Amino acid sequence: MKFIDEYRDAEGAQQLAREIHRVTTKPWMLMEICGGQTHAIVKFGIDELFLEKITLIHGPGCPVCVTPLEIIDQALEIAARPNVIFASFGDMLRVPGSTTDLLSLKAKGGDVRMVYSPLDAVKLAEQNPAREIVFFGVGFETTAPATAMAVFQAAQKKLKNFSMLVSHVLVPPAMEALLSSPDCRVQGFLAAGHVCAVMGFEEYIPITKKYRVPVVVTGFEPLDILQGVLMAVRQLESGRTEVENQYSRAVRREGNQPARELIWKVFQVVSRKWHGIGEIPQSGLGLRDEFAAFDAGKKFGVAKHRVEESSECQSGLVLQGLIKPRECPAFGTKCTPEHPLGATMVSSEGACAAYYRYRRQCDTITAK
Amino acid sequence: MCLAIPGKIVSISGNEPLARAGKVDFGGILKEASLACVPEAKIGDYVIVHVGFALSVVDEAEAQKIFEYLKQMDELGELKEASP
Repeated sequence: MKFIDEYRDAEGAQQLAREIHRVTTKPWMLMEICGGQTHAIVKFGIDELFLEKITLIHGPGCPVCVTPLEIIDQALEIAARPNVIFASFGDMLRVPGSTTDLLSLKAKGGDVRMVYSPLDAVKLAEQNPAREIVFFGVGFETTAPATAMAVFQAAQKKLKNFSMLVSHVLVPPAMEALLSSPDCRVQGFLAAGHVCAVMGFEEYIPITKKYRVPVVVTGFEPLDILQGVLMAVRQLESGRTEVENQYSRAVRREGNQPARELIWKVFQVVSRKWHGIGEIPQSGLGLRDEFAAFDAGKKFGVAKHRVEESSECQSGLVLQGLIKPRECPAFGTKCTPEHPLGATMVSSEGACAAYYRYRRQCDTITAK
Repeated sequence: MCLAIPGKIVSISGNEPLARAGKVDFGGILKEASLACVPEAKIGDYVIVHVGFALSVVDEAEAQKIFEYLKQMDELGELKEASP
């Protein structure tokens, strides 16, 4: 496919890798905050090209993985109601709540449906006027224009049977939370290209200044990631800390203006608990008061339980980049994609799932 | 989750800005996508689509930059090899 295949060119990748080796004089640690990039890095073995020179660590870049147990439990509570059709992206269905997951609930007769787009959930509401349609609104800034549009359309169409359980999260506050931690080892960031396609990259400028870290807006294919790494390393080697844009074919400095307007028409910034990290101030999106009628949490009066997260699952440390998935004692033994302890193992973009899928065999071969 | 892929717009429908939609060709697979947030997109343009929603028009000139850079690096390398 155009704009994908050519960015997987092996010769170009080797050329970039050689250049990275040439300019690197000391070890550096970079973090990507995007599950799509994490998977590409592990799948194509990009991190293994620079062992002992550049460490690529994986941040909280998977919205499914950072959704707190409380909200998964609320989703399960709503989805179990008899008149509800609970619509969700496929990624959320197998994420374990305190006792079960949405897919198991569906197997027991709950009407849980996987949809490709939030706009499909609005169509479901139009087609099923006697049923309550609830959409699970998770995602980073990338997804927010589409979920905002769904709420906006539902309001325009005066749909009384559509609501949304919103658990949107924002990337820059999470970066700041990681950088403020005394354990932080990150020296530079690859910023998620599609988040920036929506939001632009001006909000990263204060972060580069305050924490003295380079931020490179980066795409998702191997050549993109390698060029992103090269740009970040060049900055680190020369002592610069700026925002640079590797993914300029899709990202403009100001982002997508109509999409941003749509987001702020429907949502407002709220504090949000991140699974494995905890409460981060001003790090999420919630519905504005004008759209309170579409708030599924309020509509169904679900309680906000405080839930203790599993002590066996170390996904919190993985999400903060403090350990790699294979350092968790449960990895691949007690915790597998079939029987996950946490979302990082089950989400298609979770870091644990990436290592399980692409690196487990290497371990077996090495062990032999 | 933030997976978004480039596809070519083959048709556009809807007169109201927020109802603007189009058929987008992803390597032979046609899917409907909202074009509400890319008012500048025309038939034949490539758009980056996430959950049925076009987020950005691909800038063809910017898309070539990395290949120009690689070519320059190649030529520089040859120059270095050629020089004594």
